[in-house]
Amino acid sequence: MKTHILVVLMQDHPGVLNRAVSMFRRRGYNIASLAVGHTETTGVSRMTVVVESDHVEQVVKQLYRLVEVLKVSDVTNDPTVEREMALVKLHVPSQQRAEIVALAEVFGAKIVDVSVTAMVIEMTGGPAKVDNFIDMVRPFGIKEMMRTGRIAMVRGARGHSGADLVDTGWQNDVAGAASAAAQ
Amino acid sequence: MSDKRTGAQILCEALIQNGVDTMFGLPGGAIMPFYHAMWEYRSELRHILCRHEQGAGHAAEGFARSTGRIGVCIGTSGPGTTNLVTPIADAWMDSTPMLAICGQVSSAVLGKDAFQETDITGITMPITKHNYLIKRVEDIAYAVKEAIFIATTGRPGPVLVDITKDALQASMVPDYSKKIFLPGYRPTYQGSKKQIKAALDLMLQSKKPVMMIGNGVMMANASDEVMAFAERYQIPVITTLHGLGAFPQDHPLSLGMPGMHGWVHANRAIQESDFLLNIGGRFDDRVTGKASTFAPNASIVHVDIDPSEIGKNIEVDVPIVGDAKLVLLSLLEEEPEERKVTEFHHAAAEWLVYVRELQAKHQHKQQYLNRPDTSVMMPHDVYAVLTKEMNERGNYRVVTDVGQHQMWAAQLLDWYRPRTHITSGGAGTMGFAMPAALGVAVAHPEDTVWVVCGDGGFQMTNQEMIVVVQENIKNIKIAIINNGFLGMVRQWQELFEGKRYSGTPLTSPNFQKLAEAYGWTGITVESGDQIEAAVQQAYATDGPVLIDFRVEREVNVFPMVPQNKSIGEMITE
Repeated sequence: MKTHILVVLMQDHPGVLNRAVSMFRRRGYNIASLAVGHTETTGVSRMTVVVESDHVEQVVKQLYRLVEVLKVSDVTNDPTVEREMALVKLHVPSQQRAEIVALAEVFGAKIVDVSVTAMVIEMTGGPAKVDNFIDMVRPFGIKEMMRTGRIAMVRGARGHSGADLVDTGWQNDVAGAASAAAQ
Repeated sequence: MSDKRTGAQILCEALIQNGVDTMFGLPGGAIMPFYHAMWEYRSELRHILCRHEQGAGHAAEGFARSTGRIGVCIGTSGPGTTNLVTPIADAWMDSTPMLAICGQVSSAVLGKDAFQETDITGITMPITKHNYLIKRVEDIAYAVKEAIFIATTGRPGPVLVDITKDALQASMVPDYSKKIFLPGYRPTYQGSKKQIKAALDLMLQSKKPVMMIGNGVMMANASDEVMAFAERYQIPVITTLHGLGAFPQDHPLSLGMPGMHGWVHANRAIQESDFLLNIGGRFDDRVTGKASTFAPNASIVHVDIDPSEIGKNIEVDVPIVGDAKLVLLSLLEEEPEERKVTEFHHAAAEWLVYVRELQAKHQHKQQYLNRPDTSVMMPHDVYAVLTKEMNERGNYRVVTDVGQHQMWAAQLLDWYRPRTHITSGGAGTMGFAMPAALGVAVAHPEDTVWVVCGDGGFQMTNQEMIVVVQENIKNIKIAIINNGFLGMVRQWQELFEGKRYSGTPLTSPNFQKLAEAYGWTGITVESGDQIEAAVQQAYATDGPVLIDFRVEREVNVFPMVPQNKSIGEMITE
């Protein structure tokens, strides 16, 4: 199955994430990764979903059926910046500290906590780079690990701002068309 | 000067302002403030007390489907709302505009497993177009306005509003003026001109065109436009189960119903067509059979107001998102080159002759009846008399349940007018008919509402018969096609499972006595020669009548396409 990255802008209402995720579950679409958060526009939240599907057009249409979904974009083939973050707690005896520090430096990872026998490293990057880093530190002994979902943003001036989606002049059109249809 | 109102009063006023005049429901603890307030508004808001919330939900569906207006049902928190789940799911599958108003426990105890607390917004999320949990009196008026707007526009559907008891009890000076703000909800009504031109171009190149119309035509009130388009281009029209009545079946271009229990000629026409224009149908699997084998030679144009239906089950050549009526009007506005139209007419005329020959051969209504030698009463005999009597008297609407009797009704009764055939299609909800008929009868007191129901489905919701008496409704007549089996399952067991009748033989109460206990007129019919007198007596009786037709027990619905087979492969005996 093909992997697609969808950027979804939604009204920031209670339960909206539940509606979206529940739709994925009941229609059998497999979520590989999901991240949600606020955007530059008040009242609009943004979700990045990595979904495995050969019928991504259906996924997009079903998302649009949700009343609170404002915009869905498949950015799989667009030039994007993609980021994930991992926090990794490693078992590190003092004699190995230098080696880990050097490795972290190569990957641009940050050491955010050091104790006598352990270190917590923050690794941010594209999914492949994060994978790679984790493979490299695994032999040292990973005590704990936590990864976020992927977030994505299209490069350049074009983008997915919520601001232009929240206008107010349209609803009379819908009501007008509905009454025209009823005649 | 504005006075303060309770949330419950505001709820009543908001409903009235948004066009509601009839509601079906049952009270209970959490919804009591609404019932308290309703009393003041009873001259504008008619409340019909049902005996089970499922009945209230189906009644609201019957009201909505027969009128095109919003159907409203009410339940209290907990079991009162879970009982509404089946009708909500039914309305979801058949795109019925419905508003479910639910009482909820007070916000102070919400989430604490309070008495009669159920997370009904969570439960109904996948089967509603949208739903709300309202915890503040300030939000009630707007939620009602938005809910009814969503339920009735675009592709209609059920919307649920769950309101906590304290929100119904709190008071404020109401404000009904807030404008609807739904930036993510912009249904497309006008079809794209470019796509409409492309569709017409494709059609004019074809030699074997068919049109298929579904529920979308009914809901857009587009029957006249279907007729105008079909007649202008002389295209045969196939009507799905929910399209029955949207195109008069005695019209020379009418082919009737396709699909699993559709007519052989309708399915053959689809399979042999080179162009199929589907307006407002969703290519349900009961219509298409095995999807990969459906209309193998046809270019397909699909008109639907919901873009997610296009390309979901069947790949299409030209998608048109829009309202059935407006798209048809746009199609009719097009003035294609005279030469192209003449060529098309020439080719299509030959096809029409062929299709009508097929129809003449296959649409004898009694053809698929394997009548035994004995003089038993066959279900078909009942439908023949019903057809005759209904046609003679006019003004009928028929509500059917789910199963064999439903397919026979679709096949054997006559459908001339939109919204006269009301049934549970997508969800296939047994128990739908009796309560749905209550809603139809309330909305259309001038019509005779026939319930055609099986003995199985009837026993699921027959408690609503007493509501008919309490409300002094006289225009409901019930015909039970009583064969002592859950008949459609039995048919499958006979045809595909070596006659292992597991869980299908059915004992029923004496329906005549049951009817009498409810204050109805009850009639039992045990032989074919009594059918006509019974139906005539039903018409002559000024009140609700139930007729128990004890028909031959093991009769099958034919023609039939076995599940997951091509609609080209029909069993006819």
